[in-house]
Amino acid sequence: ALARMRAKRALGEEFWVELEEALILSDLGLDLSVDLVESVRNKVYKEGVTATDAALEMLREEMIERLDHSNRDLNLGDAPPSVVLFVGVNGVGKTTSIGKLAALLSSEGKKVVVAAGDTFRAAAAEQLEMWAQRSDVQVVKGASGADPASVVFDAISHGAAVGADFVLADTAGRLQNRQNLMDELKKIRRVAEKASGTVTEVLLVLDATTGQNGLLQAQGFAEAASVTGVILTKLDGTAKGGVAFAIEDKLHIPIKFVGLGEGILDLVPFDPKAFVYEITGEVSQ
Amino acid sequence: MFESLGGRLEDALSKIRGKARLSEADVELALREIRNALLEADVNLLVVRAITDRIREAAVGAMASRSLTPGQQVVKAVNDELINVLGGETFRITYESKPPTVILMAGLQGSGKTTTSAKLARYFKAQGRSPMLVGADLQRPAAVEQLKTLASQIQVPMFSEWTSPIEVAKAGVAEARRIGRDVVIIDTAGRLTVDAELMDEIAAISREVRPKYTFLVIDAMMGQDSVNTAKAFNDVLELDAIVLSKLDGDARGGAALSVKEVVGKPIAFASDGEKLDNFGPFHPDRMASRILGMGDVLTLIEQA
Ligand SMILES: Nc1nc2c(ncn2[C@@H]2O[C@H](COP(=O)(O)OP(=O)(O)OP(=O)(O)O)[C@@H](O)[C@H]2O)c(=O)[nH]1
Ligand SMILES: Nc1nc2c(ncn2[C@@H]2O[C@H](COP(=O)(O)OP(=O)(O)OP(=O)(O)O)[C@@H](O)[C@H]2O)c(=O)[nH]1
Ligand SMILES: [Mg+2]
Ligand SMILES: [Mg+2]
Repeated sequence: ALARMRAKRALGEEFWVELEEALILSDLGLDLSVDLVESVRNKVYKEGVTATDAALEMLREEMIERLDHSNRDLNLGDAPPSVVLFVGVNGVGKTTSIGKLAALLSSEGKKVVVAAGDTFRAAAAEQLEMWAQRSDVQVVKGASGADPASVVFDAISHGAAVGADFVLADTAGRLQNRQNLMDELKKIRRVAEKASGTVTEVLLVLDATTGQNGLLQAQGFAEAASVTGVILTKLDGTAKGGVAFAIEDKLHIPIKFVGLGEGILDLVPFDPKAFVYEITGEVSQ
Repeated sequence: MFESLGGRLEDALSKIRGKARLSEADVELALREIRNALLEADVNLLVVRAITDRIREAAVGAMASRSLTPGQQVVKAVNDELINVLGGETFRITYESKPPTVILMAGLQGSGKTTTSAKLARYFKAQGRSPMLVGADLQRPAAVEQLKTLASQIQVPMFSEWTSPIEVAKAGVAEARRIGRDVVIIDTAGRLTVDAELMDEIAAISREVRPKYTFLVIDAMMGQDSVNTAKAFNDVLELDAIVLSKLDGDARGGAALSVKEVVGKPIAFASDGEKLDNFGPFHPDRMASRILGMGDVLTLIEQA
């Protein structure tokens, strides 16, 4: 009881409030922030911890543990090419992430074909083409306004014919509340399954500045296209991307890569520890 | 997943419905729910604090008036406060007496600057003006191509060249003057506020072309960071107004409230779709009920 009293005094209400606020400011969301703090608080009292830095460390451990279950490697198909669909709302970084991942896979000696499955946005194919040139991979595109599913189908067929290991398929940005566009995405996935490859990954690209809507994005895209992983972009800014934590925690969709800039090398495998330290870094001890 | 403020408030209010007077504890309970709902709508934490403080004051003040029940008073105080923050003076464009009127677009990567530039051009054209678009994003692959395509869709001239963003902006304005276009909209590359070099660059563009208006484009899906972003751009550029994009989504759009509170500049326009006609002046009252998660606040006041 004495230990508990002491813990209470050292780890005053202020500390817990500050902790909760740091989590909220990182976009983890209210529920999850409250839940995490509550859970650590209970542990702290149970174990008689009195120092704030120890309590902070316990929070980090708990957060890392919650992120620890997932397989973060790219799924591969039994027979190549492995098809990776990039999906997400508008402007998050789908096309750029394809450019970077193509470079990363190429540098590992993999043969990559990219599919310009965004036939809607102005100059989307040109943008992807420029990325493809940078990493010297082949791009398959259709006319502006062409059926995106058939462009993806053609790219997969082409990929199979040239012995590609991966086909990375771009799709137009779409908001998850637009049913017709989500139906189109379902179709793209369905048609891709029919082509000579396996859709081994559907990566939801998520902008780190996104707030709680990110959860709805993940739900919507998961429902339409069975999302297998998240790419969290723009983590080089001041936003912490905490909603990706919430997505992994609640929907069990693993974060696989993070985007750290606009350059070709700025895509790296997700590191839970670094992510958690960024989120909790500003808590004073 | 998101319980609306309407729902939350109703819960909180049901406990105080019958009371003739509100105690401090009643108000605090309601304020707690309001805080939580605003946070769920992505209003920045610090802004939530400022807003709930003012609602507390207003609610206490309103309790003196006997025309509404206590519950009604709280709901009304919340609604009034949000509209107050979001609204203020409406934004009206005036044109340079010596054309062209130059507008500089700024924002984070992917926020919607290029699309919004074209939407603005279309808007000005519909007002009888003769706009021109300038592509000063020489960084993002195919950014100029994108703007060119959009410009041709609305039949507005577009200028760019492979020099430097500052040179393009300068030459663009000169070109507009030469061919007699009276509004020039300069699209710029997306940039992060921590990128000192790029923030300096846009400041330099601004010094060079002296825009009449500088607009910050903010994505309605933005979370807590909206405040840092708006502050940093405002420090470097002295913004004139905000343009909200992607309001066709199902985000509550608390960022609108945060940004408005922090920089105190009006939200001039809002975009609600990818098409170039999905664009128009901003309506504070609609945004307030959207953030609150209520269709019609007045109905709730009647029920409370
Ligand atoms: N700083 C930074 N910028 C990024 C990152 N990833 C992408 N971007 C930028 O974000 C903007 C949008 O990227 P795109 O790849 O075009 O996004 P998208 O999801 O394909 O967009 P739509 O196809 O229009 O829906 C571009 O300016 C990119 O350079 C990142 O990790 N960090
Ligand atoms: N649904 C929807 N999409 C929008 C809206 N405004 C822009 N977009 C889309 O958002 C994506 C990014 O828009 P851009 O105009 O390219 O954004 P940007 O700020 O110029 O991007 P960068 O130049 O890469 O920094 C595109 O897919 C646009 O079509 C909107 O109001 N609603
Ligand atoms: Mg794209
Ligand atoms: Mg742009």
